[in-house]
Amino acid sequence: MTVLDRSGAQQSSPHPAPPPAWRPAGDAASLLPQDTPYRVLGSEPLPVPPALLGDGPRPDDAELLALHGHLAKGRRYNEQATALTKQGSLAVYPSSTGQEACQIAAALALAEDDWLFPSYRDSLAAVARGVDPVEVLSLLRGDWHSGYDSRATRVAPLSTPLATQLPHAVGLAHAARLAGDELAVLALVGDGGTSEGDFHEALNFAAVWQAPVVFLVQNNGFAISVPLAKQTAAPSLAHKGVGYGLPGVLVDGNDAAAVRQVLSTALGRARSGGGPVLVEALTYRLEAHTNADDATRYRADDEVAAWRAHDPIALVERELTARGLLTEAHAAQVGAAAEELASDLRGRMRTEPSLDPADLFAHVYARPTQQLRQQQAQLQEELAAAAEGGPR
Amino acid sequence: MTATLPQQTAPPTPLGRALNRALRDALAEDPAVHVLGEDVGTLGGVFRITDGLAAEFGDERCTDTPLAEAGILGAAIGMAMYGLRPVIEMQFDAFAYPSFEQLASHAAKMRNRTRGALPMPLTVRIPYGGGIGGVEHHSDSSEAYYTATPGLHVVTPSTVADAYGLLRAAIASDDPVVFLEPKRLYWSKEPWDAESPHPVPELGRAVVRRPGTSATLIGYGPSVPVCLQAAEAAREEGWDLEVVDLRSLVPLDEETVVASVRRTGRAVVVHEAQGFGGPGGELAARLSERCFHHLEAPVLRVTGFDIPYPPPMLEQHHLPGVDRVLDAVARLQWESEWTSKEAR
Ligand SMILES: Cc1ncc(C[n+]2csc(CCOP(=O)(O)OP(=O)(O)O)c2C)c(N)n1
Repeated sequence: MTVLDRSGAQQSSPHPAPPPAWRPAGDAASLLPQDTPYRVLGSEPLPVPPALLGDGPRPDDAELLALHGHLAKGRRYNEQATALTKQGSLAVYPSSTGQEACQIAAALALAEDDWLFPSYRDSLAAVARGVDPVEVLSLLRGDWHSGYDSRATRVAPLSTPLATQLPHAVGLAHAARLAGDELAVLALVGDGGTSEGDFHEALNFAAVWQAPVVFLVQNNGFAISVPLAKQTAAPSLAHKGVGYGLPGVLVDGNDAAAVRQVLSTALGRARSGGGPVLVEALTYRLEAHTNADDATRYRADDEVAAWRAHDPIALVERELTARGLLTEAHAAQVGAAAEELASDLRGRMRTEPSLDPADLFAHVYARPTQQLRQQQAQLQEELAAAAEGGPR
Repeated sequence: MTATLPQQTAPPTPLGRALNRALRDALAEDPAVHVLGEDVGTLGGVFRITDGLAAEFGDERCTDTPLAEAGILGAAIGMAMYGLRPVIEMQFDAFAYPSFEQLASHAAKMRNRTRGALPMPLTVRIPYGGGIGGVEHHSDSSEAYYTATPGLHVVTPSTVADAYGLLRAAIASDDPVVFLEPKRLYWSKEPWDAESPHPVPELGRAVVRRPGTSATLIGYGPSVPVCLQAAEAAREEGWDLEVVDLRSLVPLDEETVVASVRRTGRAVVVHEAQGFGGPGGELAARLSERCFHHLEAPVLRVTGFDIPYPPPMLEQHHLPGVDRVLDAVARLQWESEWTSKEAR
């Protein structure tokens, strides 16, 4: 693109054009999300797939049946965990009922070597990735801040400070790329979290470094009580990609098949050097923020009802019915598997976790400082005295 | 532990050069080491501490990052999760604040949170302190924020040899180290031969810079030269002052400090950071707990005032200088007025 008028002598023009380097580079249009969220389940006409997807294959019957089983287990897990808060064995639980499709289908799109960076609401994603369902709950149970082995599972700890896990995801992806390892990183964040500075810095670093990371925003409409309209004036959260030079994709977050397809494509693209992608999944938090929250203070029942009609499990079941796959045998098997997960969770959460106060000092540093050794000895003395039953 | 004397034949070398050499040697020895920061590549950093590293090791080992401190530290955390050993440069003390959340909530806690599965072997280099006529936001002594954050090591050199040795030790540490570089000492020179091998000290060991018998001056980073000058000047008054260089605030080498103060019976802690909530209070408390029966006088502190760092034309009033240290030494109950007052 020629900006300078080469023919005209500079003296003849009182206002010379700026040098070309200051012109925008790159094709913004190719980074913009589609007008309509991508979906594959439900009635025709289906929206145009995002350019990034190409003609990716639609889920076959076996895949759809498997997804159905995973979603049902996810819902049952949420119900059981919420029940555990009422019995006092969990301090709090942020339910993801209504968001099972985004969390589970996204996690299922990960390959063996990939990493997952979940947010505090993403227990289901971690479980779908293969983390032990009880270990996932350590944070909320309170026996340790993170209960599973992040290195072995390649699942970072559930992050409580919103969006702070996103730069970690970028850094890990960058390190893997530098090492020449073919892996991708999936980083989860909520709609509220996209307002945090770390979200912006992470997207920018990811794009500049072409890090193999896929950001998945679960837009469930609310950050505790605050609706999206008070969070952003952007046309969509997926539009936030263009400002940093990474493509944005909109997907129906309740359509497990669509999420699975979009994430598989985006992660595969990242793995093979195609760079980062921002995916916004439109979904809804059907329950309150946590068991301790009262959602009636900030949203209307009919809004919730409208989303219940677009329930992710119902969507898959309708498709299965249309394909003649929702047999009684399948339904019974799915129900039994979900029940088995719940009863395993109940049973194991009933046993007291093993707690060792010495752990408080063991992992602060590679080697405890002199001061920590003294403090540990003090605590041990106190505990020994208490065990002997008398005051010291 | 006492300081080894520098070889007199070695060329005079500025502290900044020794830091540069430490980074270079670390990059050369360990492929996991990566330097990241604003302007650290082509430019070599605003203080030139990373000069030549990108040219020698390439952009991927010494990387100019986007201008975002939280992003730099956050990305470094992810790199550390994958087994790298990032060394970050923050451009100035006050510009490290955007990264504080990443440091306090993640770098400091990740090892503990994951029971050691995800250690954080990263170093955050921060030029700190005043005395260079910097405009606002370029002269903070922010160490107390970091020492108040369990999980971090906080280290600061005062000599050229330590600049090299402590930085190597920080980079080799399997824990996050906030490495505070006294920016006004960047250009101070000592005989030091970059080409001869240098020992890497253990982190958390204080050193007696000057032995003495009358009282102990305790300093770190930029306050160590002030203590040494004060000790020199105090000779005229007949005081023989010992100077302890902490070198590391976390871990704190209490044993060296306590041994010194038990010997001398008197102590003054000197630092540029504000007195309220500063490291001096912690030291005074520990010394009173552990040296009570050896003390001839209360432990005194000579620190910056409890004010935002002053504009450059007024900073000399804020910085603890030799006179203020000597005034404090004079107040260490030499006439036993303390005991006599108590007796009254
Ligand atoms: C940095 C930070 N600020 C505030 C909070 C408190 N907080 C917890 S969840 C939440 C709302 C999060 O909303 P969103 O990102 O949309 O995720 P969702 O809860 O909908 O999954 C807030 C404000 C927090 N955890 N971290």
